[in-house]
Amino acid sequence: MTTNSPFLTVDDLRVHFSTEDGTVKAVDGLSFEVARGRTLGIVGESGSGKSVATQAILGLHSRETADVSGRITLDGDELTGASERALERLRGNTAAMIFQDPLTALSPYYTVGRQIAEPYRKHRGASRREARERAIEMLGKVGIPHPAQRVDDYPHQFSGGMRQRVMIAMALVCDPDLLIADEPTTALDVTVQAQILDLLMELQQEFGSAIIMITHDLGVIAGVADDVLVMYGGRAVERGTVHEVLAAPRHPYTWGLLTSMPRLTADVDKELVPIAGSPPSLLTPPPGCPFAPRCTFVDEVGDGRCATERPALPEGRGAACHLTEARQRTLFGERIRPRLA
Amino acid sequence: MTTASTAHEGPTGPEEAAGAAGETPPALMTVEGLTKYFPIKGGFPFQRTVGAVKAVDGLDLVVREGESFGLVGESGCGKSTTGRLLARLLEPTGGTLTYRGRDISHAGRKELAPIRSEIQMIFQDPYSSLNPRQTVGSIVGAPLEINGVNPPGGREARVRELMDTVGLNPEHYNRFPHEFSGGQRQRIGVARALALEPRLIIADEPVSALDVSIQAQVINLLRRVQREHGIAFLFIAHDLAVVRHFSQRIAVMYLGKIVEVGDRRAIYERPRHPYTHALLSAVPEVDLGPAMAEDRDAGEDTPKERPPRRERIRLEGDVPSPSAPPSGCRFRTRCWKAQDRCATEEPPLVRIEGNEEGHMTACHFPEAGTVLLE
Amino acid sequence: MLRFLLRRSLGAIVILLIISAVTFFLFYAIPRNPALLACGKTCTPDQLAIVEANLGIDKPVPVQYWEYMVGIFTGRDYPIGHCPAPCLGYSFTDNRPVLETILDRLPTTLSLAVGGAVVFLVVGLAMGMLAAWRRGTLLDKSLSSASLVLGSMQIYFLGPLALALLVHNNQVFSQPKYEPISEDPMAWFGGLLLPWLVLATIFTANYTRMARATLIEQLREDHVRTARAKGMSRSTVFFRYAWRGSLIPIVTIFGIDLGSLFGGAMITEFTFNLPGLGRLAVDSVTKSNLPMLMGVMLFAATMIVLFNILVDACYALIDPRVRLA
Repeated sequence: MTTNSPFLTVDDLRVHFSTEDGTVKAVDGLSFEVARGRTLGIVGESGSGKSVATQAILGLHSRETADVSGRITLDGDELTGASERALERLRGNTAAMIFQDPLTALSPYYTVGRQIAEPYRKHRGASRREARERAIEMLGKVGIPHPAQRVDDYPHQFSGGMRQRVMIAMALVCDPDLLIADEPTTALDVTVQAQILDLLMELQQEFGSAIIMITHDLGVIAGVADDVLVMYGGRAVERGTVHEVLAAPRHPYTWGLLTSMPRLTADVDKELVPIAGSPPSLLTPPPGCPFAPRCTFVDEVGDGRCATERPALPEGRGAACHLTEARQRTLFGERIRPRLA
Repeated sequence: MTTASTAHEGPTGPEEAAGAAGETPPALMTVEGLTKYFPIKGGFPFQRTVGAVKAVDGLDLVVREGESFGLVGESGCGKSTTGRLLARLLEPTGGTLTYRGRDISHAGRKELAPIRSEIQMIFQDPYSSLNPRQTVGSIVGAPLEINGVNPPGGREARVRELMDTVGLNPEHYNRFPHEFSGGQRQRIGVARALALEPRLIIADEPVSALDVSIQAQVINLLRRVQREHGIAFLFIAHDLAVVRHFSQRIAVMYLGKIVEVGDRRAIYERPRHPYTHALLSAVPEVDLGPAMAEDRDAGEDTPKERPPRRERIRLEGDVPSPSAPPSGCRFRTRCWKAQDRCATEEPPLVRIEGNEEGHMTACHFPEAGTVLLE
Repeated sequence: MLRFLLRRSLGAIVILLIISAVTFFLFYAIPRNPALLACGKTCTPDQLAIVEANLGIDKPVPVQYWEYMVGIFTGRDYPIGHCPAPCLGYSFTDNRPVLETILDRLPTTLSLAVGGAVVFLVVGLAMGMLAAWRRGTLLDKSLSSASLVLGSMQIYFLGPLALALLVHNNQVFSQPKYEPISEDPMAWFGGLLLPWLVLATIFTANYTRMARATLIEQLREDHVRTARAKGMSRSTVFFRYAWRGSLIPIVTIFGIDLGSLFGGAMITEFTFNLPGLGRLAVDSVTKSNLPMLMGVMLFAATMIVLFNILVDACYALIDPRVRLA
């Protein structure tokens, strides 16, 4: 990983929600970095804490229900404990976000032009006219035909893919340094997904932003990410460059994701190898490794460490697993890789 | 996978065996010229039909006994409507549905009653398709009760057996759906579909609401059920990799029509229709890269940067509205090969030159059919 | 949009036809013969026949209905007087076309209903917004409990109570009376203030609860989160995004409440002895003044249907998806 100038640093982030049943530890000790111009892919299944963690960067959780701790530093500025005012200046300006479902994530009551122009007016103090010009320019940039006419349309008058383009235009209108894309293509068809991912990559080239791409789809990660963080049960379990993580994964959970995923080039006569059981409870997480109850390699570690001791994620490339690095490599080579062929 | 041909030479599963032996199983459901139009209301001063959403617009397909037939396409292509038509939850606007030699296109309630137990459905959403106030036992046993089936040993014993088959603990007979996870709920749905020993199961996006690791559990279960019980499946999904893994024959739908149909190898390795090509190349794939072939202790030597991305065909724009499909070939508005002929003449779904037996493509200017994924 | 309104108006006409037919046949099917009452205690069959002819009730009911409907458009001549179009019938009790009396009484009811609605919408929605803005706080909780208590009140309980406490004992308000707004706006306002508050009380609670609930729901919407994520201030998010989304359910409930609003206004004017349509309806019942009762019913139904069309038009103003569909 290139870590010489981390633009965003998240250190020991915890997001806990108090509910009637107890404290939900949605994110429980997460650390990562993103450099300018790089794309970090955060991959995980539902409930892994990937969306909760990134929303905490922008301070989007309600202070009444969520207890956020840890350190978040963006371009040298400490964000944890920052005032609501300071966060408002940051959101949509230095750091912007794209959400999964563009139909519900855009307000149905205002024209797309107005919604795109709004942050530009607020953060840049632009006049109504300038902001409108900018909105048209952005619509053109994201590939919407006839932007000068479409600027006065409402979101429901656009197709799903076009709506996601509008979302992207809105997120990029103030030329943010950090773009967080939360499952931006999950609600879209595969041919449209390909268009949107291409667009994001092109725009990154142009704007040079750092991107955090949240997804459950390893295929999307493979296509767009430079670095990868694998999340499970509110924690990061593996980290590395995209090639390291996909070609030589270290954590048994990452192995499980790869073996359970049907691929276009896999041998169809081989059964998929799913991960047994279901994700851990965030209310009462297992005391040791969160993945231990589903892990088939617990016996390899021995002396019950997996059930009692929480493995740490090493700095840089590595996995939060009690297996030694050498053992991780051997096991992957001998047991997992043949299944993937 | 080494090469496509070797994978086919050694018949490993029963599916391959059946295919290799060259005995085509008899048709279970034959669909000819099937259409389903949903009227659009409008007009002034009194509402009347002013148009139609042509969800399914002239569909021919055959589902054979015991085979898994996959139907893929993007949202709005009519694949779900097709599933509902085949289950006769909807009545077709035109065309015929022949189930085991009987025309059921417009069959009434009474005529359908015996067939209903032979055709079952599995739905996408394991949360909303189960009644939250019923126990698992009564959900799975309901088809037995409704049809007055009394299996030897009693209904409860049969339900427990079914629960065991789909990997649920039979002791959870009296639990309610909310006590189960998403994957387990989908297992309940599968058990319910199996209760009457159907001949055909129509599975509409059965795994798309599930997480990857859970999805694999359900896919494996369905594959096992399909093979062991010899049940024919109409497997409807948007995920091409999932369909490839589950189905032996696959049809690709676009705007209410099948544009290409053939066995797995034909569709995924030698697709002739530009749309099939585009769909396949748009699938984001985990390319395991050169490290896979390297020494297994590659660890530190693993290249740090990702390999160059595979070349992709990028479709422009969106799918046109099914209420006003383009003239001629429906795909022509997004097709990079389209010519004048495509706008005037609708290409028939036929075995075009160069296609293997059973591989049909509806295109005037098909792709060369070179090996794609190897 | 225009098409939509026209279509709604056509539908409204059909609904009004049905309402008129049902009320007509209902009233004329009751066994009490109005002619018998009008004729007095010493009534010979001959006299009765004359009275029946005068009242126009000697013909079969469908014929009467037809004449009634035609009369609405052309006016009618009764043996004792002329009833110009639109004629909703002729009251023999006070020798006047029904509509004239209704129009005399209408301003009172309309003032009550509109004024009451303004009070409960402003107060109710403001309290609901406040509760939603400060949700989970003591303020939110006290507003919620207060609205629960007030919401369980009834006009015929609250009205006399307020009258006794605030007018007779403490003179906080002047004695409720109706003064036309055109003659003395201050007197109009002062005279109706207490009835407005009483009428509004029972509705306010509902709107407080509803505004709070829909706002809190809207604040959880994806597009509201998007607005926050692009740096909009808390008040912009609240008023421009969440509040805009809350308007649809509020307008919907208001449309449903129109009927009870007019009903409530009628009960209120009865409670405070104001000369409105409610009193008129009650008096008509006690005097067996069937034409008047029929007229009031039909008139009230027309008003409610008209207001409903207005509410529908509001949808289109609020939601572009309706407008452009």
